[in-house]
Amino acid sequence: MKLRKIFSELIASLGNALWFVILLFPLMVMKVNVVGGKAMVQFRWNMVPMIAIGSFILSILWNRALVWNEHRQDKIESETVYYRIVTTIKGYFKNKAIKYSSLILLILFVALYPFLFGMYHTNVMITAFIYVILALGLNIVVGLGGLLNLGYAAFFAVGAYTYGLMWKYMGPMFMSAGIDTGWLFWIALPIAGVLAAVFGILLSLPVLRLRGDYLAIITLAFGEIVRMVLQNSGDITGGATGISLIPRPWFFGMKLAPRQAAVYIYYIVTVLVIFTIFVVRRIEDSRVGRALEAMREDEIACQAMGIDLVRNKLITFSMGAFFAGIAGVLLAAQTTYINPDSFTLWESIIILMAVVIGGTGSIPGAIGGALLLKLLPEYFRPLAQYRMLIYGVAMVLVIIFKSDGLLPRSRKKYTFEERPELDSAVGVSK
Amino acid sequence: MNMEGNAILVIEDLSMVFGGLRAIDAVSMYIKKGEIAALIGPNGAGKTTIFNCITGIYMPTDGTISISRNGLESGEPLHHIQGLKPNVINQLGLARTFQNIRLFSNMSVLENVMIGRHNSLKAGILNAIIRDSRTKEEEQRIIEESYSILKKLNLHMFVNEMASNLPYGAQRRLEIARALATDPFLLLLDEPVAGMNPQETRDLEETINIIRDQEKVTILLIEHDMSLVMNVSERIYVLDYGRLIAEGTPLEIKSNPEVIKAYLGE
Repeated sequence: MKLRKIFSELIASLGNALWFVILLFPLMVMKVNVVGGKAMVQFRWNMVPMIAIGSFILSILWNRALVWNEHRQDKIESETVYYRIVTTIKGYFKNKAIKYSSLILLILFVALYPFLFGMYHTNVMITAFIYVILALGLNIVVGLGGLLNLGYAAFFAVGAYTYGLMWKYMGPMFMSAGIDTGWLFWIALPIAGVLAAVFGILLSLPVLRLRGDYLAIITLAFGEIVRMVLQNSGDITGGATGISLIPRPWFFGMKLAPRQAAVYIYYIVTVLVIFTIFVVRRIEDSRVGRALEAMREDEIACQAMGIDLVRNKLITFSMGAFFAGIAGVLLAAQTTYINPDSFTLWESIIILMAVVIGGTGSIPGAIGGALLLKLLPEYFRPLAQYRMLIYGVAMVLVIIFKSDGLLPRSRKKYTFEERPELDSAVGVSK
Repeated sequence: MNMEGNAILVIEDLSMVFGGLRAIDAVSMYIKKGEIAALIGPNGAGKTTIFNCITGIYMPTDGTISISRNGLESGEPLHHIQGLKPNVINQLGLARTFQNIRLFSNMSVLENVMIGRHNSLKAGILNAIIRDSRTKEEEQRIIEESYSILKKLNLHMFVNEMASNLPYGAQRRLEIARALATDPFLLLLDEPVAGMNPQETRDLEETINIIRDQEKVTILLIEHDMSLVMNVSERIYVLDYGRLIAEGTPLEIKSNPEVIKAYLGE
């Protein structure tokens, strides 16, 4: 029986190898050389065995991995290696000394980062942090509310263009009045958040009845519409050329050198990341957050429990959009230049991927996912041409082997002590 | 329609048409305060459709559905609810469970019940972010209330368990707990013992009686398990092909030739 299974697996892998040889033949074996205006086809036959052996081995490994994955759940959870590693690490963090010292180390690292590393790394980290804010915002919509939003970059654009357009139209006024244009950033920050939230409500009104695929399509279209409008109303938005020379944030009226400005923006972004984490955490663990989760789980049951779905959806979209708006202003301030190309569908997809890979609905997951997706490509520049390939493979691996994400959400636990004199005495612990 | 007793739910000439299908055809019925009533009938008779009309999931094609929280005898007038949204109807005091269990499966058992208590709280987004002392007290209060509801239904050992990990019978009871958490005066149970074993069915029978006696909640249930229906209910409505074919006490229904015909054929 066992032998037969191995045999059939080998046959299947041989089939896969053959299939790959045929599939990759035109790409890897045939090569067209143009010599003196004449196209010559060169056959690199030595590639054939390489493809065959390579795909054969990969096929066997893949099958083994799938079998392993299927039987992983058979084991008692506390006996798996992964579980043991996780619990040991968690055990260390239960120790107060270790917990607080590592927290202090993390804070010190984040605080000193721009001084430890150069301007390039600081800028990379700023971008990554902007994506952390975006991922946390999208996490409210997708993770808590369960509404698949593929047009999230549109709100990012609304935020960035709020600042950009304010600069374009109010900048000259500021300058003639002798006010530092850096103030515009601080004015634009809250306005952009609110304006993006308004756009969120505008988008949510037509999609109130939609769910799943239909919602995804409409939000995708919305994202593209916003980008197209920005691109084609050249008189107002500057069209494809965008808006340039956007001022950096005001800092006590000083003209900062680029490096100092980067450090300054780094701290602004860090504070806003902390603000976002704080707000999202509080919302997640509240009456409002619970209602959003109930909506994700089952809309009909949620409504039957007396929760107003319309209100809930408006809250979800506007809250998610609010953070995207803030992130947009930060992007405009960091790059001092914006154009519609920064807000394509691809941006929406990257943010969504950060949420999914990290663990839908989990705050550490969204942070980790965004850092991973933004920092890794930056530090593996030589592999840049394989980026899509790596993203795709990573996505498939995460979904098959760890479908709840790399850092899944751990649910809040409630402890109840029974006391004879009281019906129940209650304490909550995390 | 001639009604005896203190009606809290009155349905008159209710019809529901899907395309060319008359799922419910001019059904009139009423529920008295404090009773346990049952709605039975062969598969596809339209029982769940009636529930969906009452709870606002469907907008009835014709007819009226009205409620009176304290009963007509208290002098409280009837209040039309047909066509209102499910969440509004729930807030008016009608709660239901579902035939195919619809729990919030990725949330803990306690959180499921806490959702039921959603409308007894006021905290908005700003309260959630600032987390003032009133919000904290409120939160603590619903944790306690939800826990005591779980205790009543003997589910308190599962508090932190994910709802989807519960045994089947416990999931059904959790649905009832969640519905009770919304403070209803009328509880609509859609096949509460479907798929349960005899022991679980007996336990639930007891639970249903306890809910009626201690929580003072009127109950209307749909059920195929005849032993349960005959044991707990005081009045039974029988539905066949969308029409009401009989109404009466369990004894009357048992011997009603129309009902026997509907269930067993000619």
